[in-house]
Formats: sequence, structure tokens, C-alpha cells
Amino acid sequence: MKSIMFAAALVAGLAACGEKPQTNETSKNDSPAFNGTGKAYANQDWKQGDKASWESHLKARGQYGQNDYTRMN
Amino acid sequence: MARMKFVCDAERCIECNGCVTACKNEHEVPWGVNRRRVVTLNDGVPGEKSISVACMHCSDAPCMAVCPVNCFYRTDEGVVLHDKDVCIGCGYCSYACPFGAPQFPSQGTFGVRGKMDKCTFCAGGPEASGSQAEFEKYGRNRLAEGKLPACAEMCSTKALLAGDGDVVSDILRNRVLRRGKGAEVWGWGTAYGSKQAGQPGVTAPEGAKS
Repeated sequence: MKSIMFAAALVAGLAACGEKPQTNETSKNDSPAFNGTGKAYANQDWKQGDKASWESHLKARGQYGQNDYTRMN
Repeated sequence: MARMKFVCDAERCIECNGCVTACKNEHEVPWGVNRRRVVTLNDGVPGEKSISVACMHCSDAPCMAVCPVNCFYRTDEGVVLHDKDVCIGCGYCSYACPFGAPQFPSQGTFGVRGKMDKCTFCAGGPEASGSQAEFEKYGRNRLAEGKLPACAEMCSTKALLAGDGDVVSDILRNRVLRRGKGAEVWGWGTAYGSKQAGQPGVTAPEGAKS
């Protein structure tokens, strides 16, 4: 009986050992950027709340604004 | 979308500090705190190189690992942000960060050392996007406005690139392949009038390494 209790205590003790999950975690309070601000300062070329349009708009903006080879040649 | 990333092209950076100024102005960063800085290696020696450094939004961020109050979080786009309401200003993150990104204002709730402040990739913080509270704590949320970080958009030579990791690496790869090296580098002939320097559009000989 004693050994069973000891084993049970050992198992219970080991249950505390573990690793924290290392997944991409977003704060529960923070809203995703694609939801927009709902204000007039936002760029008009995408629809606020639409993730796909936000992503494609940012990619296009990154290319147009930063890749001078495609702009000049 | 891949993770949001910064990359600085040392061949293009001219140490103008425009990125530093753009950041400070955009977010009204307090005196004594520079979220972005320009670092120059071999300053004053011919061939010196400069790069613009801020938070690199690490995939496995050491600041996040050492924070005792778990104030850091990562957005779906891979941007490392923090919650100033949770931060206790202990400074562990500044010791852990290899880029010196976490900065501490000299005045604040914790006496000498206030709550940590760092580059947010212009993505604000946990407060409502675009709100006054968010602006006062973290600065503007340009990502939620459909814009890229002010430092990169402001960069006059486009040395500092920001955005989707795939797009940014593609732009840099294209540059490295096309600009050549040494005196062949794009624009060198125009700027310095070197006869050996190629003009824009001249490609390196076949088989040459770049």
C-alpha cells in the first residue's frame, strides 16, 4: 500500500514537469492589424477587416515603395 | 503571409539617420529613447559600413524568454510586442537582447527607470488599434492603417527594407544579383566618375561572383 501511494505521489509530482507551449501566441487583448483602425488616416486601397486584401495591399506597397529596380528599369 | 521582417542593406545605408528621426517623430518617442539607431563599423575608415538597427522581431525572441512577468507577445505576423501595463521595468530584456532594442525612459512610474519601450514595427500595442491610449504608450499603429513602418518608408536610399519576409528578401536578392560589387555597384560611376565603374544597367560578366 505504501509503495502504491509513493508511486502515485511520484506520478503526481512528475505531472508538474512539462514545457510551456512555444506556439505563436497573440495577446488576447490585441486585435489583428487587418481589422484596421476605423479611422480616416488608413490607406484607402484595402478593405478594413478583410485579411486577404490587407495582405495583398501590404505586399504591393512593399514592392512598389521599396523595389526601385521594378520602378525604374 | 510570412513574418514581418526588417533588413538593412549596408551597401546603401549612408548614415543619414533619417530612419531614426522618422521613428521618433512618428511615435513621439520621449527624450533619451531611440527605438532605432544607426550603427557604423570602421567609422572614418574608407569602406566604413553603416546599418540601421532596432528590434529585429526575432522568431525565438530572447526578451520574451527572460521576461519574468510575461509581458511580451507575438502577433500573427511575427511582430514581437509588449504590454506596458504588465511590464515592471526590471531591464532583463535589455540584457538579453543582442541588438539593444529595449530602451528605458529616465522618467516614469518606476523612478529612474520607466517601463520598457521598443520598436513595435509600427504595430502599436494591446490597446484598441488607432486609439489615443495606444498612441501614448506605443506610438502609431501604421500596420492597422495599411502602411509599412515609417523608418523603412522614409529611407531615402531604400537601404532599410520592411514588410513581408518573402517580399523583403526577394527585393534584396534581386539587388545583390544585379548591382555587382566594388566599383561596379550601381550608381558608383555616376557618383564618383570612375572609368572602371559600370553604368546603371551594366551586368557583371558571366561567371563573376557577386
